[in-house]
Amino acid sequence: MAAALRRSFSPFVKGLGASRWQQLASRQLSLSPGLCGSESPLARADAIFKVTMIPGDGVGPELMTAVKDVFKAGDIPVEFEEFHLSEVQHMASEDKLDHVLSSMKNNKVAIKGKIHTPMEYKGELASYEMKLRRKLDLFANVVHVNSLPGYSTRHNNLDLVIIREQTEGEYSSLEHESVPGVIECLKIITRDKSRRIAKFAFDYATKKGRSKVTAVHKANIMKLADGLFLQSCAEVAQLYPKIKYENIIIDNCCMQLVQNPYQFDVLVMPNLYGNIIDNLAAGLVGGAGVVPGESYSAEYAVFETGARHPFAQAVGRNIANPTAMLLSSANMLKHLNVLVLMVVCGSMFVYLCTPQVRTRDLGGYSTTGDFVHAVVENLRHRPAH
Amino acid sequence: MAAHSSLLSVFKIINPRWNGPLGNSVKIFGTTFTNHRNKTTLTPPPAKYGGRHTVTLIPGDGIGPELLSHVKEVFRFSCVPVDFEVVQVNSAMESEDDIMDAITAIRRNGVALKGNIETKHTLPPSVKSRNNVLRTTLDLYANVMHCQSLPGVQTRHKDIDIMIIRENTEGEYSSLEHESVPGVVECLKIITRNNSLRIADYAFQLAREKGRSRVTAVHKANIMKLGDGLFLQCCREVASGYPDITFDSMIVDNTTMQLVSKPQQFDVMVMPNLYGNVVSNVCAGLVGGPGLVPGANYGQDYAVFETATRNTGKSIAGKNIANPTAMLLASCMMLDHLKLYNYATLIRNAVLTTMNETRLHTADLGGQGTTLEVVQSVMRVIQSKGQLTAEF
Repeated sequence: MAAALRRSFSPFVKGLGASRWQQLASRQLSLSPGLCGSESPLARADAIFKVTMIPGDGVGPELMTAVKDVFKAGDIPVEFEEFHLSEVQHMASEDKLDHVLSSMKNNKVAIKGKIHTPMEYKGELASYEMKLRRKLDLFANVVHVNSLPGYSTRHNNLDLVIIREQTEGEYSSLEHESVPGVIECLKIITRDKSRRIAKFAFDYATKKGRSKVTAVHKANIMKLADGLFLQSCAEVAQLYPKIKYENIIIDNCCMQLVQNPYQFDVLVMPNLYGNIIDNLAAGLVGGAGVVPGESYSAEYAVFETGARHPFAQAVGRNIANPTAMLLSSANMLKHLNVLVLMVVCGSMFVYLCTPQVRTRDLGGYSTTGDFVHAVVENLRHRPAH
Repeated sequence: MAAHSSLLSVFKIINPRWNGPLGNSVKIFGTTFTNHRNKTTLTPPPAKYGGRHTVTLIPGDGIGPELLSHVKEVFRFSCVPVDFEVVQVNSAMESEDDIMDAITAIRRNGVALKGNIETKHTLPPSVKSRNNVLRTTLDLYANVMHCQSLPGVQTRHKDIDIMIIRENTEGEYSSLEHESVPGVVECLKIITRNNSLRIADYAFQLAREKGRSRVTAVHKANIMKLGDGLFLQCCREVASGYPDITFDSMIVDNTTMQLVSKPQQFDVMVMPNLYGNVVSNVCAGLVGGPGLVPGANYGQDYAVFETATRNTGKSIAGKNIANPTAMLLASCMMLDHLKLYNYATLIRNAVLTTMNETRLHTADLGGQGTTLEVVQSVMRVIQSKGQLTAEF
């Protein structure tokens, strides 16, 4: 039946301007070289995708367990390679980081929780998360802020995309005390990286059929730094005559987001503003527990939550909302293009925000376990294919 | 020279408005001034995110759309990490907006796969050939075509292996014509030193890379003494820098005669635009027809892949009898350009294996197979290699 479905999809594939379903059916796979050339003549049994998994700190491990349970219930052919990298629990070292990196280079796709950065300065200015991002050159962070159907907030039917440059800006980890009592912290903006993130934003908008890209900046104050960012965005915008390009100052942007977020479509911005706007927008649709996010480099894709918080207070209490991580894992399957019906499951997670299974952050009384159980039941009783 | 350029750079910093008069001369001094110049010539970083490339697809007319959809199907089946951005170009319209959109799309993505866009003769002569506009605007100066005898295809000549490099932007295709006196038309053929040096250099570099031993320049310098004479002189100059490669030249009429009697004597050939058109079509005919040979257009920053003989195939459009080999092999060349060598060899081997089966030959090769049968056979061969495919 699945084969018949696919055969009926192929004539649609040839048509241009196909609807979303047919576009998904025609999307290609990204394949890690490790999977090429199996010994057996039949490819079926070897069609398992390997994905690196880094549970992280706080509720990360619980969320990862939720993902694994749901994948097992859905018979999804994905195998996870786990790495426990954590600065807070003193399980981080250069060796471990190297292992994680080599695994990532093999698998090209990863799913991770937040690796918490402790506040105290222990001699290293760059956190492990930043090191991971820099070594893999994960320059673009995409957070797709969607209102959940069935859960109403002060702003409903929101559909924003926030693209944040992730490797430079204020997070350059370059600080020094030139004179005792005086600290200089360097914010680095480069033309190449600004052009790259601007091009990513416009390419993303083109691919997803978006109509407007807004650059967020503070160039009235940081005339050279954010001025360069803005200039790069304007240069790249000339190659995309069909997409409207605007810019807005960060303070005005934050105010507009809470008053009238519908005016924005795709937002692109440097590192720190991105951090703030991600969290702000997540708050508009229901909090850190419901927004998925992904990070891209030219070669790799890492899937995680949109607003990155370890949520240490909830560890062991079974109250964390796994929606964000499950939606992110559905996005990962979309990226791997496993099967069309995985997207069905992805959308099904969202529908489970019915009051009976809402977790505490959305106003319900369900535990993480209950929520995962409900999703698993829904998967088991899906229509037979 | 260095002092002069540093002085110029100082001027640039002090007064950035000096772009106008100094614009053209600044070009010679190198790329330091690119940032200050016209920003629409910006070369963006490659469109590769999360391991997936984005490539512009221009379906064109005639058999283009159906063949390119077969390419998309094969890519989807073999899990190739390439996404296509489709840009339609309507050849019936007189405005140039469509083709300008396509050109901007290629500037964004860097790589394109296209079918041929028909040039209607019924439209007024001010409407230029869309393909030509694309090639000249993006400055795709080298058209490369590799003609090889395929083992499964029966032809009168065997063991042909010729690389043809054709200058793609000037020559007879400059679209400069006028009627100076009623009943008298002047058509200008432009040959420039810069472009001739560039294409000759490209030809020798390619010959060296592929381990070829001989480059032949094709010309008609006995008649067009200054025009083709300049071309020949530039080729000779470049040849002196490559002592390991033999260089000789041949007049185009002799070339075409030799091609149909003894094509095995040629190795790499370089020539201006019109001779290139003629010679490449002759060679395509020698190895089995227009449905078998892929072609590539390379520029400094962009690459566009298509069939070598650029036929629209209006008479066989929609009948499922077109030969998809050329387009599939062109897509393999595109994958090589994107450095996805594994996928390129996979699909290429599958196509060549399919070509060996005579019962699958399409009408142009004298068989009765359909396009769909050929594509399905290619996909079956790919699946039998044990690769991960989209069909479980």
